[in-house]
Amino acid sequence: MNLRQNILTVSQISGKIKQTLEQNFEQVSVIGEISNFKAHFSGHWYFTLKDESSQISCTMWKGVNSSVFFTPDDGMKIIVTGKISVYTPRGNYQIDVRSMQPAGEGELQAAFEKLKKKLSSEGLFDLQYKKAIGRFPEKIGIVTAGDGAAFKDMISVASRRYPLVQLVLRSSKVQGLGAAAEIARAIEELNRTDVDVIIIGRGGGSLEDLWAFNEEVVARAIFDSVIPIISGVGHEVDFTIADFVADLRAPTPTAAMELATPDVEDIINFVEEFAEDAFVNLMDKISSASKELDNLIKSYGFRIPENMILTKTQMLDNLFYRIENHMHSKQQQIKNKVVLFTKILESFDVNKTLKRGFTLTKQNNAVLKRSSDFIKGENVTIRFYDGEVQINND
Amino acid sequence: MTKKREKFEDLLKRLQEISDQLESEDIGLDDSIQLYEEGIKLSELCHKKLKEAELKITELKSELGKELEN
Repeated sequence: MNLRQNILTVSQISGKIKQTLEQNFEQVSVIGEISNFKAHFSGHWYFTLKDESSQISCTMWKGVNSSVFFTPDDGMKIIVTGKISVYTPRGNYQIDVRSMQPAGEGELQAAFEKLKKKLSSEGLFDLQYKKAIGRFPEKIGIVTAGDGAAFKDMISVASRRYPLVQLVLRSSKVQGLGAAAEIARAIEELNRTDVDVIIIGRGGGSLEDLWAFNEEVVARAIFDSVIPIISGVGHEVDFTIADFVADLRAPTPTAAMELATPDVEDIINFVEEFAEDAFVNLMDKISSASKELDNLIKSYGFRIPENMILTKTQMLDNLFYRIENHMHSKQQQIKNKVVLFTKILESFDVNKTLKRGFTLTKQNNAVLKRSSDFIKGENVTIRFYDGEVQINND
Repeated sequence: MTKKREKFEDLLKRLQEISDQLESEDIGLDDSIQLYEEGIKLSELCHKKLKEAELKITELKSELGKELEN
């Protein structure tokens, strides 16, 4: 018996082991708890799966691990499916993981609680960091699936409530493969625009569907956003890590849009009320001003000029009266004089003289006042008190 | 349009201001009338804006491609 015939080199035995293991364990599913999880810079994942008494190394390559919807973490119980591969340079075997899922919903729940506790202790949920949401946004950034029902609902809410607004969609995957990273990226990119507020959200789904919103990378992006963020993920009952970090949590995407926008009806009411109230106010002002004016005019100060006028009028009236009186007596005097003169005149009355026997001699109707007035040969008329006598001097 | 668009929020804010001022006692009649005129113009503008408003939707494309080019 030649012992040497059975002697193998290290490489030979390693090769045989590799062949044996890899052929017999082409597809295995293993349940265990993650420990020493490392996401390498290269994109590959390295970790150990263990139970109470054993452990096995695992690798999950970049490109394969991007289909995992959650970020694995130490302590999480998972089921991995893959094949056994042997790495001969180090003489160890490992599971080459093809897919991975949590061992139960409880695992996700536990991961949720763990991350929540961690972020909470870091202060990411603190009220002091919550930013106020403006009442009248001009632009609303939206991170959701552009072809999803949630986005359509948000559009209809916005156009009903506040059509003045502009919606800026940064479409993103919201579940599965790479969703969390894309959501985080979308938030960052919207932070480089002039939107007033960002809504992140999606419609309802299972815990697994909503999981992207429970990822740390999303939570950090929300916390780092300088623009206020409203989260609206799933239904009323669904709480995600994103909800805790967001500046405002809405129960649904629709509700998020309602919180982000004022109601146009309210504004119209306000504007209409203004027109009414302002008019009434103005009318009040005018009537009180006119009352004030009345009062002023009736006040003592304003009565002074009026009184002065009255006094002056009275004085004037008095003067007129006096002038009138004066005039009247003047008239009387004149009248008296006229009577006197009439009497005097009467005393010069020609008739009275004629009665006493004097006559008037006229030629050609002119009274002859002196002898030189007499014209020879001309007819003479002599006027007596009781008539005239014609003397012809032919 | 070259004219800078007034922020709707600012219009409403001014309208609220005017409303408050008109309600206050210590404002003169002349000022009141001026404020009233301004307010009515503003409220008509607001109305017009609201009536004519149409929701605008734009899409922000991912910057991923841009960065890969660098």
